[in-house]
Amino acid sequence: MSLATENSAKVALQETALVAVHEELGGKLVDFGGWNMPLHYGSQIKEHHAVRNHAGVFDVSHMTVVDVDGSDAKAFLQKLLANDVAKLKSPGKALYSAMLNEQGGVIDDLIVYAMPESYRLVVNCGTREKDLAWMSEQAKSFDVAIRERADSAMLAVQGPKARELVNDLLKVEALNDLAVFHGIDLGESNYPGWFVGRTGYTGEDGYELILPSNQVEAFWRQLISHGVAPCGLGARDTLRLEAGMNLYGHEMDDDVSPLVANMAWTVAWRPAERQFIGRSVIEAQKAAGVKTKLVGLVLEAKGVLRAGQSVHSAVTDDGVGDEGVITSGTFSPTLSCSIALARVPLSIGDHCYVSIRKKRLKARVVGPCFVRHGKAVAVS
Amino acid sequence: MAELRSELKYLSSHEWARVEADGTVSVGITDHAQEALGDVVFVEVPDLGAEVNVGEEAGVVESVKAASDIFSPISGKVVAVNEVLEDEPETVNSSPYDDGWFFRVQPSDLAELDGAMDQAAYQALVEDDD
Repeated sequence: MSLATENSAKVALQETALVAVHEELGGKLVDFGGWNMPLHYGSQIKEHHAVRNHAGVFDVSHMTVVDVDGSDAKAFLQKLLANDVAKLKSPGKALYSAMLNEQGGVIDDLIVYAMPESYRLVVNCGTREKDLAWMSEQAKSFDVAIRERADSAMLAVQGPKARELVNDLLKVEALNDLAVFHGIDLGESNYPGWFVGRTGYTGEDGYELILPSNQVEAFWRQLISHGVAPCGLGARDTLRLEAGMNLYGHEMDDDVSPLVANMAWTVAWRPAERQFIGRSVIEAQKAAGVKTKLVGLVLEAKGVLRAGQSVHSAVTDDGVGDEGVITSGTFSPTLSCSIALARVPLSIGDHCYVSIRKKRLKARVVGPCFVRHGKAVAVS
Repeated sequence: MAELRSELKYLSSHEWARVEADGTVSVGITDHAQEALGDVVFVEVPDLGAEVNVGEEAGVVESVKAASDIFSPISGKVVAVNEVLEDEPETVNSSPYDDGWFFRVQPSDLAELDGAMDQAAYQALVEDDD
């Protein structure tokens, strides 16, 4: 067998404020988009279950936080994003959106929060440079300032007990009433520079917290001592895949339309006069009708579905090219079988066949969501 | 530090071989390999009675992270496969040298193992890796 040699390159990786803590906890650190990040702390599967059943904390400080302010901030984001920030009627509300290129492909997917006087975007680490370049380019005709917040750390605390445990530690009354997909600045609650969003990437309840880098270690240690499990990015991937959430570079990229990546719901078509970038192209795609869709697959045999494996509508290849491809695949710790997201022809039936090495294995076609709040869904 | 055993022969591709009392050869993956792979979730071993060849692909081990081919350290006929791994692949993580063996071969030429590494040589390779 051949083992991936993550540490052999020895290139200078970026580090979060928690790198020494990850090492102390026995984290297996790997190159993750140029960052030295923990893949797991012993068992990825145990960490996965900790989030489904109790609470886990992830260091996600590699994510890029960008603040947008200025008198044109709203107009700028209404052009930049396929979803409409006009939906953010009160400070703290969050919106998931694609940022499209002129060809209607996805430059990145992101979360935008309405702040009292500005907007805060959280974008992917792997797309940081092209995102910032694109935003700066598009900002030229607007009165806006785009500032990356590289001074912040970011943690995701996720799981059925996550909010209760964080609330006990922070003792901020307002957190008890924080609604799903809302965020709150804790600056006026004795936590200057802290921002807490009731968001996540696991299918469980919980928070994503942005806080000053020099305070993150103490807070991390408090969480661990209160029974929150340290979790690596390996578990983050199996959790998001079970939850049917997209990963940039897998389910969508610069050449993939949001309409075939389960992101049509994030495109705000109205008002019709809002000319966001990429609109005309995806509007034409919508009118013409898309040919593929993103579905979930559940492997009925033993084995593991992986990104790139081809999907067939029949057990034998009839040569008509009626084929799809797996965009993300893994072993699901919650369901104890392999699951995947796959882009397939609209005509796909209840079952399909996946090429795994020399075999064609049968898989069930389901909605692209496998687990929510600890329970299996859509997998009958 | 990963566990190593002196009675085993090793391949640079992280499989081990053990000559059993009955002259058959058991095959598995090393403690270092299971640690590097992370949680093992699927193992594919050769069919009973199949012929395997030294240095050639003889199975697959999949962790949550990735799939890796298993190479046979010896040629011969497969006389036993570890059926426990079908339902409890995590045994490879918990007991890589004992309960987590993959398959057993009736070797056609035991001398093939002379080409494999001993504990010291494999240890040096693993330390080089780290």
